[in-house]
Amino acid sequence: MRVSKYISKWFPLFALPTLAAFILAFVIPFGMGLYLSFTKFQTVDNAQWVGLQNYVLAFTENSDFINALWFTVRFTVVSVVSVNICAYGLALLLTQALKGTNVFRAIFFLPNLIGGIVLGYVWQLLINGVLQKIASQDLTYNSAYGFWGLVIVVNWQMIGYMMIIYIAAIQNVPGEVQEAAGIDGASFFSKLIHVTIPMTASAVTICTFLTLANCLKLFDQNLALTGGAPQNQTEGLALNIFRTYYNIRNHQGVGQAKAVVFFVFVATIAFFQLRFTRSKEVDG
Amino acid sequence: MTIKTRIVGAGIALALALSAAGCGGSGEEQVYFLNFKPEVAEVYDKIVAAYEEETGVKVKVVTAASGTYEQTLSSEIAKRNPPTIFQINGPVGYGSWSDYTADMKDSDFYAALSDKSLAVTSGDGVYGVPYVVEGYGIIYNKAIMDKYFAMPNKAAAANSIDDINSFAHLKAVVEDMQAKKADLGINGVFSATSLSPGEDWRWQTHLANVPFSYEFTANGTDVSGTPAEVTFQYGDNMQQLFDLYLNNSTTEKGQLGSKTVDDSMSEFALGQSAMVQNGNWGWNQVAGVQGNTVQAENVGFLPLYMGMAGEETQGICIGTENYFSINAKVSPELQQQSLDFLYWLFSSEKGKQFVTEDLKFIAPFTTFTDADQPNDPLAQSVSAWMNKPGVTSVSWDAMKIFPSQQWKDGFGANLLSYAQGSMEWSAVSEDAVTSWKAQAEAAG
Repeated sequence: MRVSKYISKWFPLFALPTLAAFILAFVIPFGMGLYLSFTKFQTVDNAQWVGLQNYVLAFTENSDFINALWFTVRFTVVSVVSVNICAYGLALLLTQALKGTNVFRAIFFLPNLIGGIVLGYVWQLLINGVLQKIASQDLTYNSAYGFWGLVIVVNWQMIGYMMIIYIAAIQNVPGEVQEAAGIDGASFFSKLIHVTIPMTASAVTICTFLTLANCLKLFDQNLALTGGAPQNQTEGLALNIFRTYYNIRNHQGVGQAKAVVFFVFVATIAFFQLRFTRSKEVDG
Repeated sequence: MTIKTRIVGAGIALALALSAAGCGGSGEEQVYFLNFKPEVAEVYDKIVAAYEEETGVKVKVVTAASGTYEQTLSSEIAKRNPPTIFQINGPVGYGSWSDYTADMKDSDFYAALSDKSLAVTSGDGVYGVPYVVEGYGIIYNKAIMDKYFAMPNKAAAANSIDDINSFAHLKAVVEDMQAKKADLGINGVFSATSLSPGEDWRWQTHLANVPFSYEFTANGTDVSGTPAEVTFQYGDNMQQLFDLYLNNSTTEKGQLGSKTVDDSMSEFALGQSAMVQNGNWGWNQVAGVQGNTVQAENVGFLPLYMGMAGEETQGICIGTENYFSINAKVSPELQQQSLDFLYWLFSSEKGKQFVTEDLKFIAPFTTFTDADQPNDPLAQSVSAWMNKPGVTSVSWDAMKIFPSQQWKDGFGANLLSYAQGSMEWSAVSEDAVTSWKAQAEAAG
């Protein structure tokens, strides 16, 4: 019982810095944010209580918020599926005994190190260049261009990172299990479906969670690549909140209310996703 | 407690204390100016150094990154040592910040303002004093224009730039020039009509100012705040000029959605276009382009003619969106010190020198004489238009009361759709009116 005695004695001291940081940087701002969503304010210290008005305005004033919500949902569904399938595929490929796998792993990971704004502008140039060549149009012509443009950018950026996680998981699948399945006559695909994927389910949980959360919260790439054009049709939730807060007069409170709705939305979806994928995990 | 515990405990306490101190910043109150113009940030550093040397008063200057002034001000002003001097953009800005703006009517700084009607007022209080006058219109490159006027086969009636005093003349000249662009050595008469998101302010704000200005004057609208409704009755006039820009451009309409103001200005600087709509602040941009072929003596402004009745006497658009305000929530001494600093900057010899030579402001104060004008050619053209007999400048009052950034962005997005051919002008015009009403109501 010596160890647990030490833990209980030292626990407060070691938890203190993290706890203090968590309270200062998260709990207090979050509480303030929640409070401000019920007020009309210009700065954080001249708030006036207005009750639920901001929440009502967020949904009723115009349809932009609902449109942004729908855009974000569509974008997230497509991106989460495509990022994870591509990342898993690459991970499988790069765990085979092939020449130069390490170089490829590094190359695929690199895009993840570039900031979202830079990526957005670079891809804007690339996509505009292509569109001008083939259709003499640009990203602002059609919301479909912006939608698929964003999917491409986010895929390009996130696949490498997810791939690294999948590679680590696949390498942890015991060789004996694979071999036993092979001796039993399992093909590559039945090994994949019945052995590898179930054995790497915890990585799937992590990767879907990360992609889901990042896609829902997408901001930089959205701002830089399309800026909402045309006509706010490619405006995601985060960008809509930002613009409500800064670009409409006396709407800081409404922006704040939208942000609270946004938080609840993202947290709920992430919670159910975690529960669902966890239930598919098996002990290795 | 063991020694070890104490050491660890002391270490943590120290770390917390340090981080707390880091948040608090230096405790002393001081004059603090939150600067709006990043392009002159370094000049202000020189100014405050000179001021401290002369008076011993330390002034802190922080510059907000381009396009982030409201965000920066919102967070800075909630701090313990908030900005004592900040900037508002007119009546709309005053509407947002009226809790924080002090009355300046008894100050020397306001007393020096040459035209008192320029200030932001409410009741008999003065809450914003403009510190720079700017102008915009169509900037032309005289070298190219003269080349055109010297052509034996030119079709337009005008024989010099001074003959262009209406939309009809402008259109004739521009369209004929566009037809002869190969001979003139240009890619198009107008630089690209930049319409990518965030790069459309030359149209959704500046160009739109003109029809709304005429509308408010014609209807006797009160321009001290955003009107609840507009009719956009001169929208067709705006369309005429906008079409002229689009149809006689260096750039195909299909590519405008990816063009920026920088692209436009560099086309002008490189001599690829003969005209570009922008303001006197654009000179540094033109002069700074590598391979610039535009001579300082060859640039000037034309008014934004769009076929209004009696537009022969219309001048360029002159006004300001930059007002100094004093923070009402700091101590009276600090407010006074802030005013003293501003008065020094715009009245002392040394301060004035900074203003005209380094900041290159056309300053609207009685302390400035005709000799105290900046030497950049566009600023001089603004002054010339301002003092031209028989010409009335278009004020900036209309665009200062556009309901919100959201309205401007929406209008800009519609202009882009119009340029791309996916939206009729009637729909653009209708949406401008309905969304004005909605946004004005929202701002309430």
